[in-house]
Amino acid sequence: MISAGIDIGSRSIECVTIKNGDISEIRKADTGFDPIGQAKQLINGLKFDRILATGYGRNLFEIEHNTATITEIKAHARGAVHFFPKVLSVLDIGGQDSKVIKLNDSGKVIQFEMNDRCAAGTGKFLEIMAKTLGFSIDTFGNEAMIAKKDLSISSMCTVFAESEVTSLVAKGENPNEIARGLHLAVLKRAVSMLNRVCPKGPVVFTGGVANNPFIVERLAQMTQREILVPQPPEINGAVGAALIAMENGKQIK
Amino acid sequence: MKQQLLKKLQQNAELNINDIEEHKRKGNHAIGFYCLYAPTELAVAAGAIPLPLCGTRHDPIEVAEETLPRNLCPLIKSSYGFAVSDTCPFFRFSDIIVADTTCDGKKKMFELMSDIKPVHVLQLPQQQNFDLFLEPWKNEILNLKTVIEDMTGNQITREKITSAIELLNRERKAKKRLMDITKATPSPLTGMELVEILFKTGFFADKQKGIDLIDEIIDVCNTLIKNGDTPYKIDTPRILLTGVPIGLGSDKVVKIIEESGANVVAFENCSGYKQTFQIDETKEPFLALAEQYLSIPCSVMSPNQGRIDLLDEMISQFSIDGVVDLTWQACHTYNIEAVQVQKFVNDNCKLPYLHIETDYSESDTEQLRVRIEAFLEMI
Repeated sequence: MISAGIDIGSRSIECVTIKNGDISEIRKADTGFDPIGQAKQLINGLKFDRILATGYGRNLFEIEHNTATITEIKAHARGAVHFFPKVLSVLDIGGQDSKVIKLNDSGKVIQFEMNDRCAAGTGKFLEIMAKTLGFSIDTFGNEAMIAKKDLSISSMCTVFAESEVTSLVAKGENPNEIARGLHLAVLKRAVSMLNRVCPKGPVVFTGGVANNPFIVERLAQMTQREILVPQPPEINGAVGAALIAMENGKQIK
Repeated sequence: MKQQLLKKLQQNAELNINDIEEHKRKGNHAIGFYCLYAPTELAVAAGAIPLPLCGTRHDPIEVAEETLPRNLCPLIKSSYGFAVSDTCPFFRFSDIIVADTTCDGKKKMFELMSDIKPVHVLQLPQQQNFDLFLEPWKNEILNLKTVIEDMTGNQITREKITSAIELLNRERKAKKRLMDITKATPSPLTGMELVEILFKTGFFADKQKGIDLIDEIIDVCNTLIKNGDTPYKIDTPRILLTGVPIGLGSDKVVKIIEESGANVVAFENCSGYKQTFQIDETKEPFLALAEQYLSIPCSVMSPNQGRIDLLDEMISQFSIDGVVDLTWQACHTYNIEAVQVQKFVNDNCKLPYLHIETDYSESDTEQLRVRIEAFLEMI
């Protein structure tokens, strides 16, 4: 049996199929402004017996394809257990929100916390800031890495941080150091949420922001914990959905 | 059958406005109350109608924010907005407003409100230590008695206060019986229906009419239970909602929980089960009132062990599967107390717990839905 999971996030859509317990296909697309159209295109021609949707666009997909859905909390928890079976803490930093999930030894979610108020502390924040500084989001982490010292950015709100960045640039501060300051602001927020919900043990770090080398390195330093990143980290939610589809999903004709 | 009853409730709520108008036309008084801590028995004993005041809708918040800071609890902003825009009929009917120094936001807002209407503020102690605070609190109640006597021209005799206590005890008993209906598994009522019934019966000018209607609803519910008539299954998750008060217009969390497939069966808040106390009818009436009202376990009390005790009792009696703790934005006392409630629910009751901080607006509905669905997945 082939089961599929589709994670319709605010920035990107990932779709994964699982055959005999292994990932057999990965497809990715930008969400854009037509998530359902994009999702439809993404699964076009894909072979599967069952499919389960997660992510913020899941309910639209459910109506469109008459399938079941699960929240991204449950999907990320299941995905993390697949990649790192013994792990009890999950940190996910996606495009629109960030979350920390605590699991028990059987992999069940026992507590979670989400930051979903605004773009603060998310991938979107880094993306907008990279643009303000004239960097590409793909290399933003490397730019932060080569800075000579840490710089402190106090505003976490995307709007206020943007004006803070503008005034730092006007003051003649080094753009790499400003980039590092912005990364540290995201990290500070993630670490305090992580410490509050699951303060001990290795952490599975998922979502697009886990591709950022500076964030991963500093996260390990700041928490003094082992940081485990599934490869690629952004498919974790879709993998979780596919696995749950296999375990108890709805049959699709 | 249930729908007919809800319709009748709505009709009665509309007729109730006429009752209050009629009462006022005869030269009688009405007294507005904002908080559960103020003893409405005093109004009843003086022949005045005690009226709960509006403060659960989002629409008057905009006008309130012309005066009040935005970063304030929506309950305070809504209450003030209703008052200042003259859109709450019960506020309009009230000759005087009885308020309490429950929290910082409220007590300062009441100072502004006193420009619109006479406001009598009770100084509420913030601790339930009877040795220190029962006497001053009782004096506050006696001062209020004098204020009401002077306004209405009616003496509140021992006999009158005793019979007011007896009447309101019966009302609270009826409400408790109503709220206990959802102990049935599965419950015949949705949480939304219970919110609506409690909200609408709260405004009745004629207390006996209100009690009779509640009794009628209870009879119908008992028949539904007997016939197995329920919108739920035996394994529908049973949720207890704790924290800040809710009412029609500020019920979005209940709505999302129930849309996500669970049933809110218990309300540990001052619009719900905190109203089910009884005044001791064997004691000196004003002492009994002071003791019982001061014992209400709101988060403004420090410490507030009473809330944990009430939660403990309700979680087992209502066979609860999970607890949702609701805090209105900028309500510091409930927000901080959430830490202790979570610890109690997780560690002592071994149940899933979700803390939600929000306001009356619909802007975060989808984010709340994700959290609530993920919470229900944990059950």
